[in-house]
Amino acid sequence: MTALLIKGGRLLDPGKGLDEVGDLLIVDDRIEGVGKVDAPADATVIDATGLVVVPGLIDMHVHLREPGNDEEETIDSGAKAAAFGGVTTVIAMPNTDPPIDTEAAAEFYRLQGKRSGMANVYPVGCITKERKGESLAEMGGLDRGGAIAFSDDGDSVRNTDVLRRGLMYAKMFDKPILEHCEDPHLAIGVMNAGPVAVRLGLSGNPAAAEEIMVSRDLSLAEITGGRLHIQHVSTGRAVDLIRRAKAEGVDVTCEATPHHFTLTHDEVESFNPVFKMRPPLRSAGDVAAVREGLKDGAIDVIASDHAPHSNEEKDLEFSLAPDGVIGVETMLSVTLTELVHTGVLTLGQAIEKMTAKPAKILGLEDKGTFSAGKDADVTIIDLEKSWTVDRLKLHSKSHNCPFHGREMKGKAVITVVRGRVVVNER
Amino acid sequence: MPFEWTHKHLLGLEYLTAEEITHILDTAESLHEVSMRSIKKVPYLRGKVVVNLFFEPSTRTALSFKLAATRMSADVLDFSKATSSAAKGETLVDTAKNIEAMGIDIVVVRHPVPGAAHRLAEMLDASIVNAGDGAHEHPTQGLLDIFSIRRKLGKIEGLTVAIVGDIAHSRVARSNIWGLTKLGAQVICVGPPTLVPGALRDMGAEISYRLDDVLPECDVVNMLRIQQERQGALNFPSLREYSRLFGLNAERMKKAKPDVIIMHPGPMNRGVEITPDVADGNRSIILEQVTNGLATRMAVFYLVSGGAQDDSAVD
Repeated sequence: MTALLIKGGRLLDPGKGLDEVGDLLIVDDRIEGVGKVDAPADATVIDATGLVVVPGLIDMHVHLREPGNDEEETIDSGAKAAAFGGVTTVIAMPNTDPPIDTEAAAEFYRLQGKRSGMANVYPVGCITKERKGESLAEMGGLDRGGAIAFSDDGDSVRNTDVLRRGLMYAKMFDKPILEHCEDPHLAIGVMNAGPVAVRLGLSGNPAAAEEIMVSRDLSLAEITGGRLHIQHVSTGRAVDLIRRAKAEGVDVTCEATPHHFTLTHDEVESFNPVFKMRPPLRSAGDVAAVREGLKDGAIDVIASDHAPHSNEEKDLEFSLAPDGVIGVETMLSVTLTELVHTGVLTLGQAIEKMTAKPAKILGLEDKGTFSAGKDADVTIIDLEKSWTVDRLKLHSKSHNCPFHGREMKGKAVITVVRGRVVVNER
Repeated sequence: MPFEWTHKHLLGLEYLTAEEITHILDTAESLHEVSMRSIKKVPYLRGKVVVNLFFEPSTRTALSFKLAATRMSADVLDFSKATSSAAKGETLVDTAKNIEAMGIDIVVVRHPVPGAAHRLAEMLDASIVNAGDGAHEHPTQGLLDIFSIRRKLGKIEGLTVAIVGDIAHSRVARSNIWGLTKLGAQVICVGPPTLVPGALRDMGAEISYRLDDVLPECDVVNMLRIQQERQGALNFPSLREYSRLFGLNAERMKKAKPDVIIMHPGPMNRGVEITPDVADGNRSIILEQVTNGLATRMAVFYLVSGGAQDDSAVD
């Protein structure tokens, strides 16, 4: 038996409304006590005075590139990057090569994640076979193999009827469908359609491409009663559509990424492909609307859409470069800097969107909260720590970070995964 | 006080002030007479090496740059390699590094992707002259168009200039819009809404979908090539219909001012955007544009190579 005592920190667990200075006792890989605890004499002690102690963060949108592109990221390297960002649970998207569309593939993921130990890794299974959008993957097998949700992320499910059936079929396993919303016929540009694209002569990907798919998917969620989670919402109208659907009782949740609530399409003026992703960076008005959605709860979750690409592949002329940016390691710091220190969200709201909310959506009952018997995943945060993002010092195998050179305020300094201190940067 | 030129590169007219553009035009004017001499050479770029790096097919622009550099006494290398936009872009980075290793002074680059010249400017020590980056800018074409208008009409300020055609995919249009509006002209972009994005207004241009309404006001009409190779997205139903709505022909010319000037950056699709009688008629300055391109590009070479500072080294 190993005991770990985290002493004197500000215990913040928005899921159960806890916010008080106290102690947290961990025995082996479980939480033993919260608040006033009886620690054994031989417990290892971490003095968390002046720090914020929160349930381990969950990033429900990460690309780990293994199998297929392990020069860009592996399950192990991605888990390490997560741990250094205070993220203890990583939800891995299935658009690998080959895609995670079978029981065996899902199981491989679970086992590799366990081997790594730097973070809990859960795979998402494909909605459709080979992620082609044509016919349903064996969701039952994926479920048995350990898939935690279903998604064809990278693309919308092209065939509307297939998605309809997917939303219905997934109800059997009580698992959500995570949808990447972009109309494939309309979303053919390389940046947000609008004045900047026109000025730069780059092809435009209109906000409507996202909104049309969000609207379609909300209608399908309504008629099927299926559980829909919309990924990386980036436009003002998409936020509105989701807000309205929620008010009407549709079972829908959604997420926003740090780059979509921080950066605008003006960044593309540099022609630097590190600002190229899907959905693209939008207008300042969209950024404001996403922030408003985070504030009023229309947007449930903050997730990174961590998408590593090697320099050789990414550092091309803008139009030729692949989509995607890394972000699992900077998610917490960007959120604290851009949303919490600026007063857009309270610290509790921000943490809830990375703990209790994703845990609830994904059915991770033992995560995202502090209670006796729950998994001992803990993130300890220094709210005032100033640091500058250096893409080469981050722990991902890839360096395509859009926040390179930015000043941050706030950082995870200690990360505990299943009772083990995996990062200690104090 | 003499004008001080501070730019190492020419990436686009968006990044220049009205004074800087005027300075290029004035420099071009003084170099124009070189082409009238019996010995058509000046020594300003002697000992310098210019490379023409063309990743897209081009005839007149490549030739014009080559001749301009030759008349400035530079050594000129040509490198052309067609790349489809589907091909991976390593060639740009790798080629650029190789060029740097050869000690080249000026790189003239044409590339199908917007921002390609900007990336080279970040990577290399050489001066970069953008000879067209995708649909973004083609600054020397913009300059030579403006130079041609100024030579013909004596001024730019107060003129009304229509640019007609596929504005959405045109680097020539963008460079013309920036340059002309900075110098005080009114620019009207004309074409079907599928090829004339509303956001052009943010760049200072006006928009019209009816050539016939605009023609009577124009001092200059610049007819763009309808790029059939870029029409995969089906922005209009047929060339016949395009020609009927936006083609410039003798009948339509009756609506224009008698002293209007007609321009075209080439290569022309005769019978599509412009009929031969108009292209070759007495209001057309299409061939003068080509001639003026030389002086304009000589001026650009002179300025980006720091011409004035090096005068002491010249005979």
